[in-house]
Amino acid sequence: MADVIKKATREAYGASLAELGAVNEKVIVLDADLAEATKTGMFKKAFPERFFDTGIAESNMMGIAGGLATTGYTVFASSFAMFAAGRAFEQVRNTIGYPGLNVKIGATHAGISVGEDGASHQCCEDIALMRTIPGMTIVNPADDVEARAAVFAAAEKNGPFYLRFGRLATPRIYDENYKFELGKGVQLKEGTDVTIIATGLMVNEALIAAENLEKEGISAAVVNIHTIKPIDRDIIVKAAEKTGCIVTSEEHSVIGGLGSAVSEVVTETVPVPVVKHGVYDEFGQSGPAVELLKVYGLDAENIAKKAKEAIALKK
Amino acid sequence: MESATKKQLKIKACKVRMGIVEGVFNAKSGHPGGSLSVADIMTYLYFNEMRIDPKNPADENRDRFVLSKGHTAPALYACLAHRGFFPVEELKTLRKTGSMLQGHPSMKKTPGVDMSTGSLGQGISTAAGMALGAKISGKDFRVYTVLGDGEIQEGQVWEAAMYASAKGLDNLVAVIDNNNLQIDGTVAQVNSPYPIPEKFKAFGWNVIEICAHSFDEIEAAFAAAKEFKGKPTAIIAKSVKGKGVSFMEDQCSWHGKAPGAEEYEQAMKELNAELLELEA
Repeated sequence: MADVIKKATREAYGASLAELGAVNEKVIVLDADLAEATKTGMFKKAFPERFFDTGIAESNMMGIAGGLATTGYTVFASSFAMFAAGRAFEQVRNTIGYPGLNVKIGATHAGISVGEDGASHQCCEDIALMRTIPGMTIVNPADDVEARAAVFAAAEKNGPFYLRFGRLATPRIYDENYKFELGKGVQLKEGTDVTIIATGLMVNEALIAAENLEKEGISAAVVNIHTIKPIDRDIIVKAAEKTGCIVTSEEHSVIGGLGSAVSEVVTETVPVPVVKHGVYDEFGQSGPAVELLKVYGLDAENIAKKAKEAIALKK
Repeated sequence: MESATKKQLKIKACKVRMGIVEGVFNAKSGHPGGSLSVADIMTYLYFNEMRIDPKNPADENRDRFVLSKGHTAPALYACLAHRGFFPVEELKTLRKTGSMLQGHPSMKKTPGVDMSTGSLGQGISTAAGMALGAKISGKDFRVYTVLGDGEIQEGQVWEAAMYASAKGLDNLVAVIDNNNLQIDGTVAQVNSPYPIPEKFKAFGWNVIEICAHSFDEIEAAFAAAKEFKGKPTAIIAKSVKGKGVSFMEDQCSWHGKAPGAEEYEQAMKELNAELLELEA
């Protein structure tokens, strides 16, 4: 077996920004004193005249971003998910969302896989928060290839955009031929007994879970939902119709995230059991990211368990 | 200031005040007190200071205005209407369902509104963002924002103040409408922001103190701000809340309520009398 390439989506974010900056002179990047960690430092190095550090003031950064956007720029504003979506929620809602301004929120360090920094920095609520803002597009890429594509897609689309990236290096899923389509889910594997709909770093775990389930005679389909809003209703409806039950998997609270979004579609169209896998309404803790993912059950093993639960719920 | 110019500005300000009273009365809600206190400054900005064109409200080289104290939208709307951005008649639709005139400014709905505001403390950040945009693109437009004295209790104001001076945004002017009143009492009683000039000075701003109702002082302040290089300018404008309507002046209770029919008649009578005198 060839060596699997592992890369954090935040690395891809920084590299793609630098790449984007070279072809789009309207791109401006803001950060709130975390350029090394969010990787916007790569853009800063390439285009220092188009990089602005607002210091440790995320609320102001979102306002600066909104104001800059009105003067014709495509603004990427970066911080950790906790501060971008959490601390500055109301600024994002009122100063970027309500006027529909062309601001891309590049939120890194999402989820439990922040690791050692602990619960204060492990944001498992950002998708839920951002999903409630009218007109906000949300993309949570599964690997570095998808992250790069998402950055370019965000720059292409006018309006508020939330990009969710992780700190941890995770396995690459896609090759260079991957065609990212905003708002379209990706059928990664066909199956007949259950569909696992995953997002972000859980997509790789879902693929492993499906492989393991096959060994037990269970046929599991796998869908990657990178665009959480607007969500691909068609692929969810088809999954519900074909496999009769769904498991959702995300490195985010089971309240308000992908699981909720999928459930909303399923209950209104083809009501079948949806079992949610993710962070079960609790705060994280300090520890190495890989260990924490096990502690919180964010792995293939637990996805497989949930898949069996979903199948058992089928009439 | 030339007396003819001053007279014209006073006439405009009086009409703006009538527009405020008209709007809030018809809406049966809104914020007359702080709209009236800032009416002279906004009249000056819209009729004598800013480079704007009602026929081309999206001109990328225009000066920008951000009403950080968004609840005083009636003053902004009256200025925009009298400046020709939309018909004056429209002021009567303030706050009504389907109106372009929202309770707080919406840039998507109203021609001439450069930024949606209403949540206090956020406008000044966006104004700083616009000023930064001008600097990056090498454009010479200027950005003006008006904040309430109660509004500066919001921490974000000081994040923005620190940033604007750190980045040398001398194309930015923030006016602090210092009418001394907020919803729960005087600003000093509630959570004193005083001394305001010293605070802005400490944050690295060029500070000018004026009377908010003297066009001579307003003109001199904006002219000085334009001349000053390297730092943003804060104009601390001592004002009277409810200015121009006798029974609303310096009354906390007129922060956020509409006049009844009799009060409306009285207010319009006073403003009409002032207008007649000015036009005589």
